[in-house]
Amino acid sequence: MSSVPILAQVSEIDTGDTAWMLAATALVLLMTPALGLFYAGLVRAKNPLNTFMMCVAAIAVAAVTWAVIGYSFAFSEGNDIIGGFDYAFLKDVTLVPREGSTIPHLLFFAFQATFCIITTALISGAVVERMRFSAFLVFAALWSILVYSVLAHWAFGPGWLFNGGTLDFAGGVAVEMGSGFSALAAALVVGARKDYGRLALLPHNAVYVLVGAGLLWFGWFGFNGGSGFNTGSNSVLAFTNTLLTPACTLLVWFLLDAWRGRRVTAIGAATAIIVGCVGITPAGGFISPGYAMLLGALVALPCYALIAYRTRTRVDETLDVLAAHGLAGFTGILFIGFFAQASWNGISDGLFFGNAAQLGDQALAAIAVPAYAFGATYVLLKALGALMPLRASDREESLGLDVVYHGEEAYPTGEGAILVSPEAGIEEPVPVANVDVSGKT
Amino acid sequence: MKLVIGIVRPEKANDVLEALYRAEVRGLSMSPVQGHGGELDRVETYRGTTVQVGLADKVRFEIAVSDDFVEATITALVAGARTGEVGDGKIWVLPLERAVRIRTGETDQGAVTPVGA
Repeated sequence: MSSVPILAQVSEIDTGDTAWMLAATALVLLMTPALGLFYAGLVRAKNPLNTFMMCVAAIAVAAVTWAVIGYSFAFSEGNDIIGGFDYAFLKDVTLVPREGSTIPHLLFFAFQATFCIITTALISGAVVERMRFSAFLVFAALWSILVYSVLAHWAFGPGWLFNGGTLDFAGGVAVEMGSGFSALAAALVVGARKDYGRLALLPHNAVYVLVGAGLLWFGWFGFNGGSGFNTGSNSVLAFTNTLLTPACTLLVWFLLDAWRGRRVTAIGAATAIIVGCVGITPAGGFISPGYAMLLGALVALPCYALIAYRTRTRVDETLDVLAAHGLAGFTGILFIGFFAQASWNGISDGLFFGNAAQLGDQALAAIAVPAYAFGATYVLLKALGALMPLRASDREESLGLDVVYHGEEAYPTGEGAILVSPEAGIEEPVPVANVDVSGKT
Repeated sequence: MKLVIGIVRPEKANDVLEALYRAEVRGLSMSPVQGHGGELDRVETYRGTTVQVGLADKVRFEIAVSDDFVEATITALVAGARTGEVGDGKIWVLPLERAVRIRTGETDQGAVTPVGA
């Protein structure tokens, strides 16, 4: 397995870079439970556990699929579209750095794994409160391989966008547009919640939403700051931009809220943090801090408009993954084409600095990636839907998925609960109880 | 005059409200209650602690109506709350001795008739 130390002498491990990437990996992993908290606050009080569990499940499923084959499809040579089987089951993924890298290959794998995990978790926002838990597990496994790995190969690995010169610092392609446009497809295939458009379906805990958004922002410093894979200037630029961009998005969001509703909303602020972080994700290491602030202000506009518009449609893309991730990532990817600055990034200029070709490269990604993410996810879920039901029954949806799929409540009172255990003198749990919950009499 | 009390499933409460509205029954109060009828117990597990939840969440409607409206109210409650499974709830109709509208001091029939009806 590790017969390569002589070949890899070109790249030496840098202890500073390695130390930062170890921390960054942990920061990005934290984003997935943070997303769980963010999402859990946005659903009704009968569904927060199921909503959170979809994010937890994404860690379980995507970490395994990534190790088994996803990483290989994304980062081994293969062809322009998809990688090969060179790294399947972590074959040849050792402590020796990849070519041109200063951190152990295994650490690079782990850092990338956390990206695959959070992207898979993000899509759950489109289908909360009605998708069957088991169907989501199968979907998450297949999606992380068939959609995420392919997009990661295009933009991060040796795929056609990467080779063609498209700039994507931390995942505007695979993570943000990939999850956003897949979420739209998932919402369309799984369908709206049964009471959508008929009853007011309101967030049950706005404090969770704010805490979740805060933890996501915290983790995002690892996400963007780590995507240079070192402690060099691009990483520092991306790290600082991750502070500036969301701050500007917040301010503009406040203004939009105040203008439309005369009040500045808390859930709006949480959303703005996400939108700003997403906007700077692709552009982080490529644009100056000043333009990063401009990006933060600009990205608020389309995303705010789409969220306002979406709630008036029949499309129950419940937690607005398309607006907060798909559209914000799309905006960030295009923004690079205009405002990239070689004097800051050392790689390429954008249109406003005399290089119109960069905008072309960015536009290519902005067209191809949404098309693939939407199309592939649509077909995948249609096929899966033919094999197993994707949705909970109406009755289960009414009861709430926490009790139905997990046998727990987020806020149990304990009133009327009888301890079932031999010590309490009750030998056998009452078997009929499960029948009641599942509705299968 | 009668007091109609309906105990229904919380997830059907909105359907009941809609049915009452369609039946032109205005003026009601509702409150969350916990109770136990004939339904089967739900089993929940928290870190190995298994409990049998004997009390189920329900919503209690209280509706004071004039005699003409009793049947319409009951029909609406049943239509809105029924799923056909154990645990759908109960309706009780009680004679109502007096009713007073606090704002005007109107009593009885006048007090249970919605304004403008």
